[in-house]
Amino acid sequence: MTTPASGPVTLTPRQVTRRRRALAARRTWASFRSHRSGLFGLALLSFFILVALLAPVLADGEGLEVTKATGGVLESPGSGGFLLGTDENGRSIVTLLIWGSRISLFVGLLATLIAMVIGTLVGLASGFFEGWPARVLYRFTEWFLVIPFVPLAIVLATVLGRSLLNIVIVIGITGWASTAMLIRSQTLSIRERPFVERARVLGAGRWHQMSRHVLPNVMPMVFANTTLTVALAILAETTLSFLGLGDPTRVSWGTMLDDAFSVGAMTTGAWWYIIPPGVCVVLVVLAFTLVGQALEEVFNPRLKGR
Amino acid sequence: MNGVDAVSAVLDLRDVTVTYRTAEGPLPAVRGVDLTVRPGEVVGLAGESGCGKSTLVGTVLRLQPASATVEGEVLVLGQDVQSISWGKLRALRWAGASIVFQGALHSLNPVQRIGAQIAEPIRLHEPELSRQAVDVRVEELLEQVGLAASRKRSYPHQLSGGQRQRVMIAMALACRPQLVVADEPTTALDVMVQAQILDLLKDLVRDLGVGLLIISHDLSVLADICDRVVVMYAGRIVESGRANEVFTDPLHPYTKALSGAFPRIGDPAARYAPAGLAGDPPDPRDLPPGCSFAPRCPLAVPECTVAEPPLVEVGPGRPVACIRVGES
Amino acid sequence: MSAQPAVDAGATPFLEARDLSVEFVTRSGDVARALDGVHVSVQRGEILAVVGESGSGKTTLARTLIGLQRPSAGEVLLEGAPLSYSQKGLRGLRSRVQMVLQDAAGSLNPRQTVYESVAEGIRLHRRVARDPENRSEAELVAAALAEAGLRPPERLFLRYPHELSGGQKQRVLIAGALALRPELILADEPVSSLDASIRGEILALLLKLRSDLGMGVVVVTHDLGLAWNIADRIAVMYLGRVVECGTTEEVLSRPRHPYTQALLSVVPEIDFLEPVVLHGEIPDPSRIPAGCRFHPRCPQLASGAAATAGVADDCVGTPLPVLPAGGDHRVACHLDAVRTT
Repeated sequence: MTTPASGPVTLTPRQVTRRRRALAARRTWASFRSHRSGLFGLALLSFFILVALLAPVLADGEGLEVTKATGGVLESPGSGGFLLGTDENGRSIVTLLIWGSRISLFVGLLATLIAMVIGTLVGLASGFFEGWPARVLYRFTEWFLVIPFVPLAIVLATVLGRSLLNIVIVIGITGWASTAMLIRSQTLSIRERPFVERARVLGAGRWHQMSRHVLPNVMPMVFANTTLTVALAILAETTLSFLGLGDPTRVSWGTMLDDAFSVGAMTTGAWWYIIPPGVCVVLVVLAFTLVGQALEEVFNPRLKGR
Repeated sequence: MNGVDAVSAVLDLRDVTVTYRTAEGPLPAVRGVDLTVRPGEVVGLAGESGCGKSTLVGTVLRLQPASATVEGEVLVLGQDVQSISWGKLRALRWAGASIVFQGALHSLNPVQRIGAQIAEPIRLHEPELSRQAVDVRVEELLEQVGLAASRKRSYPHQLSGGQRQRVMIAMALACRPQLVVADEPTTALDVMVQAQILDLLKDLVRDLGVGLLIISHDLSVLADICDRVVVMYAGRIVESGRANEVFTDPLHPYTKALSGAFPRIGDPAARYAPAGLAGDPPDPRDLPPGCSFAPRCPLAVPECTVAEPPLVEVGPGRPVACIRVGES
Repeated sequence: MSAQPAVDAGATPFLEARDLSVEFVTRSGDVARALDGVHVSVQRGEILAVVGESGSGKTTLARTLIGLQRPSAGEVLLEGAPLSYSQKGLRGLRSRVQMVLQDAAGSLNPRQTVYESVAEGIRLHRRVARDPENRSEAELVAAALAEAGLRPPERLFLRYPHELSGGQKQRVLIAGALALRPELILADEPVSSLDASIRGEILALLLKLRSDLGMGVVVVTHDLGLAWNIADRIAVMYLGRVVECGTTEEVLSRPRHPYTQALLSVVPEIDFLEPVVLHGEIPDPSRIPAGCRFHPRCPQLASGAAATAGVADDCVGTPLPVLPAGGDHRVACHLDAVRTT
């Protein structure tokens, strides 16, 4: 590249973009760091993700198999070398928790991904375009929003059958509507901003306006909303599994609670079977919520200082 | 300016300095300003965004944010606003002095009728008044600012920009203050509406004998309506004097630029020759050495960067802060 | 500074609005006529000021000229050819005519750097591939910023809009438009949100672009002083129509329409006219008065001057013809018609 006469420093567009991204990332992190609750959430979240990733190292996968269980029925914590006792099949609760975190996080993240993709696309389209297709999309979204979640999920899970993927699908297609509404309202307000009109004046088509101007300004909200949706999806997975609609062949915190309930852990006083998975769900949901709230404040300056 | 009887002045600022605490260090927004407004007098404060004029307005009713430190004395009707008790300050706000803020659209509550909004300060300050009496007062006020009394039932969105500004002025007059401060009262208004509002303000000062302090970046507007004009740059007063003198015969180079920015229509010299100043106002955190205007000044000489020039009277009631005034 | 160029009045105008009307349906179902028959034309390298209060339709006119608004009647012509509203036709127009929108602060995407904002038009119109001097994108951006008076340009590349002053934002927007090498720039209130000391610099920039690059400018403003500073010709708009047009000297030194006279008389520095402050504001465009649209506020009608001249009935009842675009000093006023003949 030749050096222009107008100045000594020459940057290629790619360098410019890279620098800008690095700068933006640094600025976002600096802003995030000032939210103490967000940092706490992030630490908690990292812990759970680490546990889920390192599950094979932390606990032997064979401990999940009923036939290879080494403990007695519902042993209390501490006895027989089981830190949190055993379940009705003699499996270690700790092992179940560690392996269960994988399923819970996986279902939560995948379901959220589905909800986010559908919600963002529908929200953008119904907010950016005008005319009857947008209105139909909007009504459709509203319709999904008012359908009660649990009955619909039960019906869908029954129709689709009990499998992990079906749980993911059920949570995904019941959860996108609120995201779509949020994205739509954001899109509506950004569409009217002068910089979108400026892009039109420069000769930009709809695709350019949407991808370069509306989407980048909506994305931070999507991002913040995602973390909040993960929390909801994990809760939904727990709910569905607890209702006996989960995959019976895999251990998740929800199926643990379901099993505990069906063997009467509540009445026999086997608290170690109920409280640990419950606490795990609460902590993960809390972690995602705290991170989500902090991100929302970082990306939405209007919320700052409230 | 100096030697004014403090009791007769409705507003008396003495060596006022305002400093904001920011993450990047102290930010001196106002640096030693003296200013007096007497009853029935219209004083204009000219300067561009960031020169400290809005900060100065905030100190008049102790509305400055908590991060600001105010030094010097701010006397409104003889009381030191910055040190009096909350109760006295509340009594002073609206009833002693009131502010017409810029941006009339955002200063009105969109879901409340105009009448109720004007009545609010009256009810707060004169709770003994009956409903009917307040109603009568609201109608009087609306008529005083040139709006039909029936307008009290309108919502802000039903009014045009000029009408909203009239409502803001009616609100400011609600408790019969002796000092009114108008922060950019005509910015964003059309020429004709601007002329209407300026006429209204002139009439009100004449009829009610209030002291009026008008803030604007448009020196020609101030020259039209004010008795005296004070020009601020980078937190300091750089020139003041009788309004028409400051406008037609500016002495400080900055005032000259402000005065020349709006051309005299019909003046052949201004055709295809807009007058302007290069550069932007300085960052208050990082003021240039000596005269803060020197980097943009067409007359700057090396001595200008040595020390901040003091305000020196170059004529009767005509202080100017420039070492090059008087040379030629 | 640049003197007024010799404009060939007989040539095909570069951009022309012919009998343009724009109608909106208001929320209450009424039809509001933002533009109601407007003829305006700009020659190459000419600076035209469209002057009026808010509600006069001046911004709608500019938006219609760049194709952001479709006219309900009439047409926009680029070098004599009617504008096509297809994607291709609009792109073609916008590579030759650019607009700087009113709100400088809001017109820059807060998540884009100065570089990206200026490069946007270059990328959209693939100007790098077509650059005669074979310059890179970064060089084109730097050149546009430098032309808009931002030097050295590279220092601003990575800045975000919130890190710029008001004058710098306006210059970045002008640079973004300049990067496309338009033959005409529409500027909507280019200095109204700027401080007084910055104002002159931006206006000088517009003049310099005309003298250096031969660029024409249509400046939409309520500020008559601005028109006096830079415009060759003026069109005064009232309630969707041009009521007076002519050269700047003619219109501002010898205004003939009572509305122009009133507008001019309230400019604080004007001393050759007695101030005439009109009552009220521009009426609602869904209820355009019959006869002369200015008659309810006209000081000449109110003072009886129109009645003395025997045109008072016409003022109230007879509509005025639409003023043609073009060089002469023309006025849409019954009283003026009697006085000048």
